[in-house]
Amino acid sequence: MTTSTVRVSDLQFAWPGQPLLLDIKSFELKAGERLFLRGPSGSGKSTLLGLIAGVLEAQAGQIQVLEHQMTDLSGSRRDQVRADHLGVIFQMFNLVPYLSVVQNVVLPCRFSKRRMSEAKQNGGAEQEAKRLLARLGLDDQDLLSRTVTELSVGQQQRVAAARALIGNPALIIADEPTSALDADSRDRFIQLLSEEARKTGAALLFVSHDGGLAPLFDRAVDLSDLNLAGRRAA
Amino acid sequence: MGVSILGLAWRSLMNRKVSAFLTVIAIALSVALFLGVEKARNAAKSGFNNTISGTELIVGAPSGQINLLLYSVFRLGNATAEISWGAYQDLDARDDVAWTVPISLGDSHRGYRVLGTNLGYFDHYKYGERQPLVLAEGDKFDDLFDAVIGAEVAKQLGYELGTPLVLTHGLGAGGLSDHDNRPFRVVGILRPTGTPVDQTIHVSLEAITAIHVGWESGARNPLADSITEEMIRGFDLTPRTVTAVFVGLENRATVLRTRRDINTNMSEPLLAIIPGQALTELWQVMGTAERVLLAVSAFVIAVGLVSILTSILTSLNERRREMSILRATGARPGHIFTLLIAEATVLGLVGAILGAVLIQVIFMIAAPILSAQYGVALMGTGPGLVDLYTIGAVTFAALFLGIWPAITALRRSLSDGLTVKL
Repeated sequence: MTTSTVRVSDLQFAWPGQPLLLDIKSFELKAGERLFLRGPSGSGKSTLLGLIAGVLEAQAGQIQVLEHQMTDLSGSRRDQVRADHLGVIFQMFNLVPYLSVVQNVVLPCRFSKRRMSEAKQNGGAEQEAKRLLARLGLDDQDLLSRTVTELSVGQQQRVAAARALIGNPALIIADEPTSALDADSRDRFIQLLSEEARKTGAALLFVSHDGGLAPLFDRAVDLSDLNLAGRRAA
Repeated sequence: MGVSILGLAWRSLMNRKVSAFLTVIAIALSVALFLGVEKARNAAKSGFNNTISGTELIVGAPSGQINLLLYSVFRLGNATAEISWGAYQDLDARDDVAWTVPISLGDSHRGYRVLGTNLGYFDHYKYGERQPLVLAEGDKFDDLFDAVIGAEVAKQLGYELGTPLVLTHGLGAGGLSDHDNRPFRVVGILRPTGTPVDQTIHVSLEAITAIHVGWESGARNPLADSITEEMIRGFDLTPRTVTAVFVGLENRATVLRTRRDINTNMSEPLLAIIPGQALTELWQVMGTAERVLLAVSAFVIAVGLVSILTSILTSLNERRREMSILRATGARPGHIFTLLIAEATVLGLVGAILGAVLIQVIFMIAAPILSAQYGVALMGTGPGLVDLYTIGAVTFAALFLGIWPAITALRRSLSDGLTVKL
């Protein structure tokens, strides 16, 4: 029980006025596990991530993140769980355009005391941000002083990864983070992300339509195998 | 270190510099306009109310309170009737009256009014905070055909000490009804006062009588020129009538009783007015326009505030991604809400402060010019509570208006989830 980072059971979700999108009997992500979740566009992957992250509310069922029963919590408590324990990476445009690289990375510490104090144990939020950026291959001072919109997509994604990792969250959620990258930087990005996640002991939930990435992870799951809603409709 | 929500708001605005700058300018201009109108209005009002001070009563022939004030103090319009010299002497003899200054109006010089009076005028006529008239050059009138001119007259007509001038009967531009047989000479020039005194030519009461010798019918008697100056100087030049009388009392507390006495018990019907009261009444007549101006400038502020709304609301679409990033990194809806409110508030605050500074700069540049050219002192236009209140009100209004975009962004960030479908 304590080894679960995410546990989903009997989950049902539909967008207002639309047919059932997700109907998942059971889904589990173990602590420290690196899971690849495959599914085509529009299959409800992002919605599932939104539900796990506590940004969306399910119509039925349970979602447990660490010891928190997300489906029983108020919106603001879910926000707190997300702030404290989740790192999120999007497909692209991950960065707040008006903040510097380092300010973008330390952003989660601003919203979570827990992650701030974790970062402080490693010498302070800014220090920790620079350390993570360096580990991800972004240690060029000139690069760090640039505005984030001047960075390449690959560099932006690595900044986003550093932001997701800062303050040792227990779960990293990555929603198609490599779809805008070429094959070389894609594999390198996943490798770096996996390494860092392993070092901090974070579980990684990696979502993509590209089944070819599956071998890079501990386990791969097809959303269409999980989701009964899609099957019924078909 | 991380950035506070206010820091985020500031950086977000800096990221949209042009739009933020234009919005701030709109607010600044509207606030400057409003404060400018408000301050100029107060300065005009206090300047206006200080046109005459130290005079307890103005007495003239019965007409209206404002009419008497207009012709005796502002040299506007004409007296419908005059007071007899006898009535003036009765007035002067009253026990409760400390001093009297008779004035006689009716002639002009190139559009400037001529005021006949006695030397007491220079001692007793006060303006502003009981400031006396001060001669910039020369002396008070001494000889029969001496004239003391106001600062504006000297400046506009380029007159100096010793310049001869010819008075015109009535208010015409000059010509046929000139008193050209009796030229005057400038012996004194007054300092600027910012009051109608600046536009007045002061001569003695006797001079007014003298130049009208031969004009008893209202126009020049063909024989008038045959009367020499020496003959005139030999006449009894005590005026038969005066236009109005400025009165100072022994005891200010008796002003109402003295006024009623004069209005009812004198040998001939007279009207006594209290200048402060009449000035207030006159200001109320003109006050409507001034209030309309203030209302218009308040509306301009409203327009400025709407520009805050426009700039933030139009930015929201392109910022959906930014909002969802903030949400994903742990921002609660309250943070998003606060961020947008803070942006609106910062725009309002910066704009309002800039506007208040702008109007001070304008007044700082304008004040010495106005003071030197027209003797108008812009009283109470310096930084004051009104600036503080206006900045506070505009900032608060901006904060309040910020609720709208804040709620829109909040709703969207809740329904968008983690990812925005672009």
